[in-house]
Amino acid sequence: MNKWNDNKAWFMVIPVFLVVAVSAILPLMTVVNYSLQDIFSPTQRIFVGTEWYRDALTDPRLQEAFGRQMLFSGLVLLIEIPLGILIALMMPKKGWGASLSLVLVALPLLIPWNVIGTIWIIFTRPDIGLFGAAINHLGLVFDHTASPLDAWITVMLMEVWHWTPLVVLLAYAGLQAIPEAYFHAAKIDGASSWATFRYIQLPKLRGVLTIAILLRFMDSFLIYAEPFVLTGGGPGNATTFLSIYLVKIAVGQFDLGPAAAFSIIYFLIILLISWLFYQVLLKAGTGEKS
Amino acid sequence: MARIELKNLAHAYQPNPKDAADYALKPIDHVWQDGLAYALLGPSGCGKTTLLNIISGLLKPSQGQILFDGTDVTTRAPQERNIAQVFQFPVIYDTMSVYNNLAFPLRNRKVAETNIRSRVEEIAEMLDLSADLEKRAANLSADAKQKISLGRGLVRSDVAAILFDEPLTVIDPHLKLLLRRKLKQIHARFKLTMVYVTHDQLEALTFADRVVVMNDGQVLQIGTPQELFETPRHTFVGFFIGSPGMNFLACRVSRGKALVGSAQIALAADYGALEGDFELGIRPEFLKLHATQTLGSLPVKICENENLGSCKIITVQLADQQLKVRLGEEETPPTTAGFLEFPAAWIRLYAKGLLVEPEPRKQPTQEVPP
Repeated sequence: MNKWNDNKAWFMVIPVFLVVAVSAILPLMTVVNYSLQDIFSPTQRIFVGTEWYRDALTDPRLQEAFGRQMLFSGLVLLIEIPLGILIALMMPKKGWGASLSLVLVALPLLIPWNVIGTIWIIFTRPDIGLFGAAINHLGLVFDHTASPLDAWITVMLMEVWHWTPLVVLLAYAGLQAIPEAYFHAAKIDGASSWATFRYIQLPKLRGVLTIAILLRFMDSFLIYAEPFVLTGGGPGNATTFLSIYLVKIAVGQFDLGPAAAFSIIYFLIILLISWLFYQVLLKAGTGEKS
Repeated sequence: MARIELKNLAHAYQPNPKDAADYALKPIDHVWQDGLAYALLGPSGCGKTTLLNIISGLLKPSQGQILFDGTDVTTRAPQERNIAQVFQFPVIYDTMSVYNNLAFPLRNRKVAETNIRSRVEEIAEMLDLSADLEKRAANLSADAKQKISLGRGLVRSDVAAILFDEPLTVIDPHLKLLLRRKLKQIHARFKLTMVYVTHDQLEALTFADRVVVMNDGQVLQIGTPQELFETPRHTFVGFFIGSPGMNFLACRVSRGKALVGSAQIALAADYGALEGDFELGIRPEFLKLHATQTLGSLPVKICENENLGSCKIITVQLADQQLKVRLGEEETPPTTAGFLEFPAAWIRLYAKGLLVEPEPRKQPTQEVPP
């Protein structure tokens, strides 16, 4: 009863509502507003209902970009999560080696994203780039401006180089947090190093890996600056990911209505997939497996 | 089953230890008998966990040897030593069922699955875990988890010794009693050598056949709970064991009497030859407080009367030194002044912290208790 009569608690919550409203809901409503109208000029707008949404969902180029995006994010998770755990396992646990390796591993995270793209343009140039030239000297033709496969390899390499460190840092912190007694007990129980990883380290990393997977999925699904600088979405549309395509529609063609509808769909996809990941990871390892 | 021999064993965590203060564990030479339960008792940081980790093989001692049944195991890894260890916090494999937790050490040793099943079921039965075998270990209470960690040691038929590192720290008080009783049952049944680290004297005294009292990296005394109580070999042992601890009075001994200020305390006959400055130690339980003067009792001032329910702790002043007297709850002490009796059989003398052996030595247990 008191809950309904005494409403003072609402005053505590209102500031949060206001902040969220101004920072998230109002901009989002603007986009919703755009997505439902055809805008010719500030005074000339036509309500079009769900037309832009239908257009977006049936746009073959958007569907292709979505496919590319799923493949890209899938590969990112498949490579970066195991690789990150592996590197974290190999890093020294204490002493100066631990500090040094942490600094070295974290370096790529400190570089601005568009600079990363530039670095990799130069690094992979077939004529003067260290990587590109070396590969070509080995007799393998490698040119990310001409071959879609080479472009993908380059973008993947760049992405893995840039973001695996984040997974490493999270996994390393998770590993450090495991009490020493677990490893002692595993030794006494005669566990192999694989069994120690499988039954102690991996289960104890579940929390940080959930964060790592969600962050890497969301970030890679939204990737824009690095591939835009590196390949511009090409050759052809080979590396045109969702956000690159979105910017082409919104800024290149100035189709604000379709771009807005696209944005909303984009946002909902990320929300849905992240939620699925979260649900799966929340339950992972809580059921008996063997 | 194992007899554990510690030969000139010592450990320092930093390389090249120079003086005694550098040692976390000062040199110790002792044989621990097969099948007995030992408790390592001492305050935090006294080196008991260091000693335990050396026995389990998690730590390699910086000097000396450790022998199991005459075999040198100093350089062997924990899994090669036939020991099991239960840690302060329950260590269980979160993703496994209770059954798989218990089977894990056997599977790692490539035991046939049918043998594993019978062994796990037997141990689960004994630890009252049978009903939980298919449950996930992570969802059980702390005491059940601690039983699982113990069970992982017991399932191995080759286990010679089980080491406990303050295993009851995270257990609710009312379950501590049950779990401690379980440990005693298991000890009685398997006749395993058990080493139990604790800083709780009640735990040590109720669990162990022999208590190893440590302080500051040094083993001060190894003995039965009764020996530690009646004849502490070191003032630290006297003070650390017992609640409240032993009383110590600076005194001058001369012609069979101890002088505290101007008060004279008669000593047992076998202390007759001593002369000089000593510390007189006597348990609060053995002192008697009278309202009226009796033969040999000394006038004291009563400073404080603490009623602990089951007993009363009286603080009295003799000359300028304070003592504690422990009385039963039914006894009524005098309020401001009284007369304190020191039964000579229970008086111990110490010089520089160490017990002065009376000559010839008599077993205090054979004497008539007060």
